[in-house]
Amino acid sequence: MSGGPALLARSPLARLPDRALKLALTGLAALILALIVYFFVRLVGEAHPAFAHEGVFGFAFNNNWNVSAGRFGALPLLLGTLITSGLALLFGVPIAVATALYAAELAPLRIRSALAVLVELLAAVPSVVYGLWGIFFLAPKLQGSEQWIANRLSFVPFIGGGAVTIPNYFIGGLILAIMILPIVSAISREVIATVPSDHREAALGLGATRWEMIRIAVLPYCRAGIVGAAMLGLGRAIGETIAVTIVIGDAPQLGSHLFGQGYSLAAVIANEFGEAQGLHRSALFAAGLVLFVLTLLVNAVARVLVSRASRGRAEPTPAGVSAGGPQTLSGAAA
Amino acid sequence: MSSAGQARLPARFAVSAARRRRDLLARGLILTATVIALVPLALILYYLLRKGLGAWSTSFFSTDPTGNTFFKTSSIGGIKSAILGTIEMVGLAAAMAIPLGTGVAVWLIEYGRDSWFAHAVRYFVDVLTGVPSIVFGLFIYIVLVVGTGSSYGAYKGSFALALLMLPVVTRSAEVILQLIPSGLRESALALGAPRWRVISRVVLPTALPGLITGVLLAIARAAGETAPLLFTAGETLKTNYGLGEFMNALPVQIYRDVTSPTTAVVDRAWGTALTLVAMILLLNLMARLISRRSHVA
Repeated sequence: MSGGPALLARSPLARLPDRALKLALTGLAALILALIVYFFVRLVGEAHPAFAHEGVFGFAFNNNWNVSAGRFGALPLLLGTLITSGLALLFGVPIAVATALYAAELAPLRIRSALAVLVELLAAVPSVVYGLWGIFFLAPKLQGSEQWIANRLSFVPFIGGGAVTIPNYFIGGLILAIMILPIVSAISREVIATVPSDHREAALGLGATRWEMIRIAVLPYCRAGIVGAAMLGLGRAIGETIAVTIVIGDAPQLGSHLFGQGYSLAAVIANEFGEAQGLHRSALFAAGLVLFVLTLLVNAVARVLVSRASRGRAEPTPAGVSAGGPQTLSGAAA
Repeated sequence: MSSAGQARLPARFAVSAARRRRDLLARGLILTATVIALVPLALILYYLLRKGLGAWSTSFFSTDPTGNTFFKTSSIGGIKSAILGTIEMVGLAAAMAIPLGTGVAVWLIEYGRDSWFAHAVRYFVDVLTGVPSIVFGLFIYIVLVVGTGSSYGAYKGSFALALLMLPVVTRSAEVILQLIPSGLRESALALGAPRWRVISRVVLPTALPGLITGVLLAIARAAGETAPLLFTAGETLKTNYGLGEFMNALPVQIYRDVTSPTTAVVDRAWGTALTLVAMILLLNLMARLISRRSHVA
């Protein structure tokens, strides 16, 4: 709207606060960008000696983390992170999605929001409290059953055999599963809420039971979004530090089995950074960098999936509910 | 699959026993999983109350955790320094993150909108959301400890916490600001108000309850973080007030006490955890109550 009457135009002085505000706010926004880029560059700089010493691939894939010998192959740490996060997804995602389905589709209307609040309370519990509870309650209580599983499955490599220690990979994964539950559940619920009620009604109108409706109308529609929610949970699990540090033990070698002590990337930083010097410190920065890049990738994929899903895209849904029949039917009825 | 397609007679509408069984089974499994999800919450809260309340006493809140832990004396000390440290460091972090985060959100909604630069900023705020908290600690360590050649200090811990709060504040503020009807802005502009007045007198006051909710949730999150403080705020047991000094914090105190072999110290960790969780739940409750009074959301 340019070229208004000169009468209404503000004097340059009166326009000053506006210009200043816009400039200041733009500056703030630019500051965020600059800050992240700056941090990243500095982190790479600090990690460089370790990468130069071990090689980038050597750092990531050498199974040799030996501080006193000056060797820093972070494979045991990386695997520890992947094992615990993998377990977290394995246990956490089905439970979280089921909770979301119950809260969005099956629960009596009165308790739905209360249920959501309760699950979100899990997110309010600090990481260190999970660690405290995990090591003094969960791990001792489960040790017997873990040993039983380990004995029964002794023929399976990495799972069976061996004595169960109180801190171990399995407990780490279990604690992480509880910790990612609220976010996976909340985002799944959001995604489920984007399923058009036409689809649900069409399925029910064709005589589907509640479960059949969920299976043919709800789940196919939000598959990508639920995968995205799980990926966000994975990002959380990978970066989770203190709880894992407390319950995973601190064995710098790759643990011999699932119920033995291990280590993770985040845990090694929390544990060793305080007294690390020189190359060791650089190696810990490198571990932080690997962690950073890993979470960045996982989160980027997750964001794409979730935003595409919650924008209610027009992708054809596979299970035959979308195109043609039911939709036009319900459209005509409406 | 359902045989709904063949339905011709009313009798055929009846759901077969097999399908009904499967429906019941699936719904039962979903309900069971939901109950399983709530079990840890109940167990954690139960144990926190059972173990934590036993550790609480007046001296628990009024003494520093400097007592001797090697002998089983009752005087291992309380958590005064940790409570004060958490309040001071989180307060300073909030003082930095709230204006910055809200400012960025206002810019995104009022100026940036759909420009490529706004998309870049949004993307980077998302990136910040996903950064593990320990990496924030590393960032600040590099910049403020290595960079200045000095030792740890409370304000460095605050910077790390502020980084952590920033994306939470920005994202929640952006969501709230987006909900403000553009009619409000347009009427103010049409009355001749300059942009900065529209923002400060119309947009922000309307959004205030929602903004406060987001801020409280960000504070609650920062209060529970251990990892960013480990090598920024330093480790101390004493009560310090100076922002350049080492400072204790509740999560750090728990982390230190967890590894102790002494029962009394572990009990103190439970008491500290109960204190911390109570604080955080209180903030969450306040956030919920305020958001209920919000004009827009």
